[in-house]
Amino acid sequence: MDKLIIWYGELISGQKLLKRGLFFLVPGMLWLILFLVLPGLILVLVSFAGRGDYGNLVWEFSFDNYTRLIGYGLFGWTLDYVYILLRSVWVAVVTTGLSVLLSYPLCFYIARKPLRTRYLWLTVVIIPFWTNMVIRAYAWFLILAPELPFAKLAAFLKLIPPGAPLYPSALAVYLGMISMFLPFVALPLFSSVERLDWTLVEAAQDLYASNFRIFMHAILPQTLPGLSVGIILTIVPAMGMFVVPDLLGGAKYMLVGNLIQQQFGASRDYAFGAAISMALMILTLFSLYMYKRKNKGIDLI
Amino acid sequence: MKKINLLLGISAFSTMAFLYLPLMAVAFFSVNDSKYGLEWKGFTLDWYTKLFENELILHAAWNTLVLALVSTLVSTFLGTILAIGMDRFPWPRKMNAAFDMIMHLPVIIPDIIFAAAMVVAFGFLRTLAPVFDPGLLNMIIAHITFQTAFVALVVRSRLAGIGKEIEEAARDLYADTTYMLMKVTLPLLTPGIVAGAMLAFTLSLDDFVISFFTAGPDSITLPLYIYAAVRRVVTPQIHALSTLVLLVTIILVICMERITRRVNKK
Repeated sequence: MDKLIIWYGELISGQKLLKRGLFFLVPGMLWLILFLVLPGLILVLVSFAGRGDYGNLVWEFSFDNYTRLIGYGLFGWTLDYVYILLRSVWVAVVTTGLSVLLSYPLCFYIARKPLRTRYLWLTVVIIPFWTNMVIRAYAWFLILAPELPFAKLAAFLKLIPPGAPLYPSALAVYLGMISMFLPFVALPLFSSVERLDWTLVEAAQDLYASNFRIFMHAILPQTLPGLSVGIILTIVPAMGMFVVPDLLGGAKYMLVGNLIQQQFGASRDYAFGAAISMALMILTLFSLYMYKRKNKGIDLI
Repeated sequence: MKKINLLLGISAFSTMAFLYLPLMAVAFFSVNDSKYGLEWKGFTLDWYTKLFENELILHAAWNTLVLALVSTLVSTFLGTILAIGMDRFPWPRKMNAAFDMIMHLPVIIPDIIFAAAMVVAFGFLRTLAPVFDPGLLNMIIAHITFQTAFVALVVRSRLAGIGKEIEEAARDLYADTTYMLMKVTLPLLTPGIVAGAMLAFTLSLDDFVISFFTAGPDSITLPLYIYAAVRRVVTPQIHALSTLVLLVTIILVICMERITRRVNKK
């Protein structure tokens, strides 16, 4: 006999409930397993395969792709790929840090507006958030062109030769990345800032705390939930960013996203591309893990 | 305190300028009557009218719309029933943890890795059936995949917010499963489903990387078209096209705000 249970006010046998549950669960889960989990696992496998003469996959399992990634190639040992990986992490960290730095004043400014204008301001921040990345990267491409004031100013200061654009350069990549991810930090942060308990700030002021200490002890802990969502939302996609470094950095400031795209595009070396993807995935998981560990500490305090 | 307020204002305004200056430059040059270079030669709307004569751009716009609509419809359906299936049944704790992990994969995995996995997977499927040549079908499948996870996350949080009491009441009044689903659960869930669908739609319009990896020669979307044009040579038509896409985005964002506020009020 199948046992009867009460579930959501209904007396039902476990088997019947299981059947109904599977009916709801299976279509979506099956889709995700077929097109998300399986391709992911295949990608892991492919990272151990080799490349044939015509860019086809050769199923000889080895660690060649990984040794190539850390620098052992046909022409001796170079750190080019490791350097690109480290640079991607660095760019992601700097982008996140500067976005946070710019987001705080912006959020406080918006939070102090009266209700009506506050939503208007918020919409103004949301619009770039939803504007297509390609268009925003291209807008930077346009504004850094040699005919426009920014490049002219740089040329006047003898930073670049006259008549040259400001791209491709590290500066252009940073400008593009920060403008791309700033709304990702600002929007979650705002939801925390809006709910800030100002009495704590007043209490700190009454106790003659310096502005710095007011921020560290009365504001930062309260805004931490929004801030952490913003940081996660930024640092993960920023590490794998492809459009911005491609349009604004070119070969001068390559990031891991471009390297992966190259393997799947021009070089047609799927196996090596898969190996680089694995490296990026490990870096992503590592940063999520570090972040989680660090946050636990903060929670305990 | 006044000094701090002033600093806040200056900082906020310069940040906004930093976000909007490039976009405004694009809009500015889209009405510039000069085919080459960036010198101001007078106002014109020619570049906009020419957009509607350009077969390639019209085709790309059509592709973008078909991709977004079809993938949103399918993923909203899949994501909604997936959320109900996960939240409303007593799965063992380990299974729940596994579901949770699968659903969060598209949030954790960088786009480009998902795109690479899609390329490899479709490469295998292609050897089984030629339907899986790079093209619109592949793009739709890829978009549905990440959208489904996002829709399910949004709908599930709404389901958890509803609680179980109302459904129990329906059962006490002898509602059968279908009746309860149609008359109780789904109407209560509507705000969540609408929010999920809107998120899915905008994610699809916003996507570049996944489309870029899975597109074929016939399935160019607007972002892909703009990207290709920027790599070759920038024409004023591209300024106009980008401005138009930006305007559509602004309208969509404002509509979205209105809808979410109205739905939340209900």
